[in-house]
Amino acid sequence: MSVAIRARGVGRAFGAIWALRGVDLTVAWGERVALLGPNGAGKTTLLRLLATLLRPTAGDLRVADLPLPGAADRVRGLIGYLGHQPGLLPDLTAWENLWLAGQLAGVPDLADRCAVWLARVGLWERRADRVRTFSRGMQQRLALARAFLADPPLLLLDEPDAGLDAQGLDLLEDLLAGGRTVLLTTHHLERGLALASRAVVLVRGQVVADAPAAALDPAAVRAWCAA
Amino acid sequence: MPPTPVQTPVSSPPTVRRPRPLVQLGALIWKDLQTERRTREIVLTTAVFAALALLIFVFAFDLRVENRRAVAPGMLWVTVTFATLLALGRTYASEKDQGTLEYLLTTPVDRSLLYLARLLATLVFLLVADVLTLGLAGLFFDLPLLTPGLLATVFLGTLGFASVGTLFAAMAANTRAREVLLPVLLLPVSVPVVIASVQATAADLGGAAGDHPWLGLLLAFDGLFLGLSALLFEHVLED
Repeated sequence: MSVAIRARGVGRAFGAIWALRGVDLTVAWGERVALLGPNGAGKTTLLRLLATLLRPTAGDLRVADLPLPGAADRVRGLIGYLGHQPGLLPDLTAWENLWLAGQLAGVPDLADRCAVWLARVGLWERRADRVRTFSRGMQQRLALARAFLADPPLLLLDEPDAGLDAQGLDLLEDLLAGGRTVLLTTHHLERGLALASRAVVLVRGQVVADAPAAALDPAAVRAWCAA
Repeated sequence: MPPTPVQTPVSSPPTVRRPRPLVQLGALIWKDLQTERRTREIVLTTAVFAALALLIFVFAFDLRVENRRAVAPGMLWVTVTFATLLALGRTYASEKDQGTLEYLLTTPVDRSLLYLARLLATLVFLLVADVLTLGLAGLFFDLPLLTPGLLATVFLGTLGFASVGTLFAAMAANTRAREVLLPVLLLPVSVPVVIASVQATAADLGGAAGDHPWLGLLLAFDGLFLGLSALLFEHVLED
């Protein structure tokens, strides 16, 4: 049976430093998994490996049974990625940023989809404005719309709550409740546990806990992170 | 107000999307042209730099009537070379700083298309700056520089710089010392293009347009640089 993500003994080194070591992780289709952990735990590195931005140094990593990095070009057709920075083009308008993303991803009925997603993230009125004029929170909303635009089967979201106000956080919760497969990172422990159905805690590049989000005690996670 | 989007819940293995490469190429080139149309960051700075460099040459050298044809090709290509370096240094800088390059690398676009799109857009910017430079140089040196033969030489020379420069600019963008690294990488490799371009320009100005071997040599270098750069681009982008 195919799963969305399968990692077996995955490691990634930067020079002599191992950012990830021996990570085993299986994510089924339809699961929402939050990666939690302190700074430098390897959360972003794991997301970047899955987003085909990095190659694993050790282990076997697969998305939809496709091996990485061997089938990276096919995996890119399955993912929607939101990085640490929104990664938008500041001198294009909100509409143009979405249109470009749709053209690159081969999205059908692109004009309609751009319109509905701009409305969904509350930027319809600002669609003709350059992204350079947007606040950090507005850019994050647009970047979220871009990640969802092609209706990707697997979403990789690195701190999707960054810069969002209370309304934006409600929107994020709504977007993630759509039954799709999501792997996200966040520094906000309670929010991560609320957004996800399952939580994986990484400390110094290794998985120290993997449990249903509802079963994890935030105080215990804080203790792992501080250890 | 548009309606709410419908999301597809995923609980089974999905199929991989297969976008059309030509649509992707067009969209990537459009992105660069639209950004440049609004910012004028590359063409304007390159053209102003070239004009100032030419002006300095005019004052620094003794340009008597008999000297002009001998020194003009060298001055022209020194100006074009450094103006090109300036332009190439800007092509990835903003995308790298904003995280846009990282986003583009996660889209289902073949790496060779990313290279080709950036090369074609950069070529457009450089050729616009080149034509302005040729016009100004013709004015300063009182020589007919906007001729078909010279335009062909400038096109092939610029293509040579842009093909290998696009590769090195991507490589340099991943480093902290990108402003220093780009000229250190590009100048030694592009020496054959500079030599062939200067000689072809000198031959054109000497009245040998079209029947000299330098254009063929430039064409050969362009083909070699293009092929190698397209092959190596994917590896250059890896972190």
